[in-house]
Amino acid sequence: MTAEEESNSTGQSPEAGSPDVPEPAARQEREAAAEPDPEPRPRDGQAETVGTRSSVGRRALLGWGGAGLALGAVAAGGTATALHNDEADAGSASAGQAVPFHGAHQAGISTAVPDRLHFAAFDVTTEDRDELIQLLKDWTTAAARMTAGHAVGEGAFGPVPESPPDDTGEAAGLKPSRLTLTVGFGSSLFDKDRFGLAEQRPEALVDLPAFPGDKLEKARSGGDLCVQACADDPQVAVHAIRNLARIAFGKAAIRWSQLGFGKTSSTTPDAQTPRNMFGFKDGTRNVSGSDKKALDEHVWVAEKEGPAWLAGGSYLVARRIRMHIETWDRTSLKEQEDIFGRDKREGAPVGKAKEHDEPFLKAMLPTSHVRLAHPDAHNGARILRRGYSFTDGTDGLGRLDAGLFFLAYQRDVRRGFIPIQRSLARHDALNEYIQHVGSALFAIPPGVRDKDDWWGRELFS
Amino acid sequence: MRPVRLCAVSAALAAISLAAVSGCAEKADAGGEGAIKVTATDDSCEVSRKTFPAGHVQLAVENKGSKVTEVYVLYPDGRIVTERENIGAGTKAEVTAEIKAGDYEIACKPGMKGDGIRQKVEATGGGKPAKRDPKLDAAVSAYRDYVLEQAELTLPKAEKFAEAVKAGELEKAKKLYAPSRIGWERTEPVAESFGTLDPKVDLREDGLEDGQDPEKDWTGWHRLEKSLWKNKKITTTDKKLADQLVKDLTTWQEKVGKAEITPTSMANGAKELLDEVATGKVTGEEERYSHTDLVDFKANVEGAHKSYELLEPVAKKNDAALVKELDTQFAALDELLDTYREDDGKDADEYAFTSYDEVGKDERKKLSDGVNALAEPLSKLAAAVVK
Repeated sequence: MTAEEESNSTGQSPEAGSPDVPEPAARQEREAAAEPDPEPRPRDGQAETVGTRSSVGRRALLGWGGAGLALGAVAAGGTATALHNDEADAGSASAGQAVPFHGAHQAGISTAVPDRLHFAAFDVTTEDRDELIQLLKDWTTAAARMTAGHAVGEGAFGPVPESPPDDTGEAAGLKPSRLTLTVGFGSSLFDKDRFGLAEQRPEALVDLPAFPGDKLEKARSGGDLCVQACADDPQVAVHAIRNLARIAFGKAAIRWSQLGFGKTSSTTPDAQTPRNMFGFKDGTRNVSGSDKKALDEHVWVAEKEGPAWLAGGSYLVARRIRMHIETWDRTSLKEQEDIFGRDKREGAPVGKAKEHDEPFLKAMLPTSHVRLAHPDAHNGARILRRGYSFTDGTDGLGRLDAGLFFLAYQRDVRRGFIPIQRSLARHDALNEYIQHVGSALFAIPPGVRDKDDWWGRELFS
Repeated sequence: MRPVRLCAVSAALAAISLAAVSGCAEKADAGGEGAIKVTATDDSCEVSRKTFPAGHVQLAVENKGSKVTEVYVLYPDGRIVTERENIGAGTKAEVTAEIKAGDYEIACKPGMKGDGIRQKVEATGGGKPAKRDPKLDAAVSAYRDYVLEQAELTLPKAEKFAEAVKAGELEKAKKLYAPSRIGWERTEPVAESFGTLDPKVDLREDGLEDGQDPEKDWTGWHRLEKSLWKNKKITTTDKKLADQLVKDLTTWQEKVGKAEITPTSMANGAKELLDEVATGKVTGEEERYSHTDLVDFKANVEGAHKSYELLEPVAKKNDAALVKELDTQFAALDELLDTYREDDGKDADEYAFTSYDEVGKDERKKLSDGVNALAEPLSKLAAAVVK
């Protein structure tokens, strides 16, 4: 990770790392909601030790991360980190930092993308609306604790020896690791005669159309609820999903889940664009987490759009895209570059020198990936990509079961993912090397405002 | 910090350290002045002293009745401190034991059947007697009775199964196989506490240790299962193994009385039964040849429910929400299981279920979700009981 990205990502808020795009209003939202104590420290196993301060990580002040962060914080003028106004704390902000859980929008969308993912879709098994509400409240409480680096309930070593501990314990002693937990609601949750939500179903929460070439597996698709856990440390992400699943037993059961080991997009555009499993930089022109205008235009659901409960929320498309790694690896460099429309080393568009040079679409093959996916080909439609590479071992035929777990946030899938994917599914030269095997769409409610708020309150009240 | 709590577990743990010596008198002066006289008849059980000092205690038993009798010294939760069986009519016997301070019962069982005729006695001095909760003692005692009942139910069924194997009646043996396991599956955690017994009767082939020879070292139900369903042949060895199974199950029955059962072990046993379901039955590993996994599944859940039912009054006082959740989840899992039931439901101890190889992946996931939904709150029962 580069120093620049470090400074952005650890600044607690997307606005932090963007000195040239000052957005006081947005900043204040997060500022008001910021956790009072975002300093990184080893996770506590036991609730009693919550206040313990740690000297671990203070050396980071001397490192790149520290320097970068200090600049970002000063420039931003008042973020969660800067609120502390404590040089030592600010300096200890390495990748282990806590991301504020409370805010106008859920964390884990425009916030910096850490490298690890555990994503889970749940089926709600209870038929009782009150039980579902209680589950969302219990999840909110647990999530607020875990994202701050604390153990669930009464900790990993209690409350009594005769009972299993409240927290499963594998994250005890680990840093908050920029853990974000983002919850969404699938269309099936709004089905008639389930929880009385049929009237609340957003128009844009459509059933995704079947795209040519899709080979969707039921057991990797859909879900009433989803939780996206992103973190610097895979153990922290897995711990979060595991504990939420445990809290849910009897009310909701995991339908499918996906681990991601490396990000393929970033919301901090100045940073190095990560490479995907094909070895290419993709998603160069992602929506930036600090670009409030673009976020409002392309990611956040506006108040007037409705339904009211979704204002400040978003829509998330999740697709498990299997890559035919072995055949790709036998493809010549020239063909690989033609397919993408970029050069492999630098990531520059065809005919250009640098990755961030404006692509000249007509110079590319009509079937090239960049050309087909470019906003200019879709009336300027943009999506915020937040995908991860995955490798789930091998497929029994000796081939890597690997690919891209595509995650994209947007204001309306009917203007975002659907038209883009329609075009890609028909024409993209890359289709020879990929297959969509899992699919889901979720409405992402707005952020949890404060400690009395809970996920879905606007929907259920 | 956590408060230090005195709980039923510590009482039970204290009891473990008590070394019981059973059987014949070991001292030359047995039956002498220090001994407590126990006079058994066909309808009475008189003891000469109801209070005696803790320590080395001798019972001088005289059977004045017409039936063969047994004499037991029992803990308040029904566990046996010491026993003497086969005391013939008109004969005398001596029993000795190291007994710690506390309350006990002496029981005579004329005809060697039933609960026997009981007398409450007390061993005094020798340190403070461990505190006991009569409600929990009653729960443990009732559970022990249940386990015994299940052992008694199992033996004749296992014998019938063994006879069919020995007669070479393949199809008949297949029918009798799953029902012969129900009582065992309901109470397995108790049998597991006996160490070597469980592997003798319920081991799967992959449970054999390195260096063990399946031909020589693999015994019990699952070996016969493999012969009946996979090999479709009953060998001479199988016939011997059928006898061995009955013998081992008889040992099981005999050991139940002395089993260490505590309220905690009952609660954890209930959870362990669900663990068995989660790791062995839901996956179809337990009955990989006969596919009768759902019969075991049902029996495991019933056994877990029995433990819970007996502990429920205590748990309810300490954690009413937990009890409510357990009631809901037991009912939900029962309902789900019943959709696979294929008998008429009239015989509570003999049931038939859909063959597990016909249960699809989605259905198995539902069963698995149901098990998780019940097992998670069940894991909190022990804490609710000892609170």
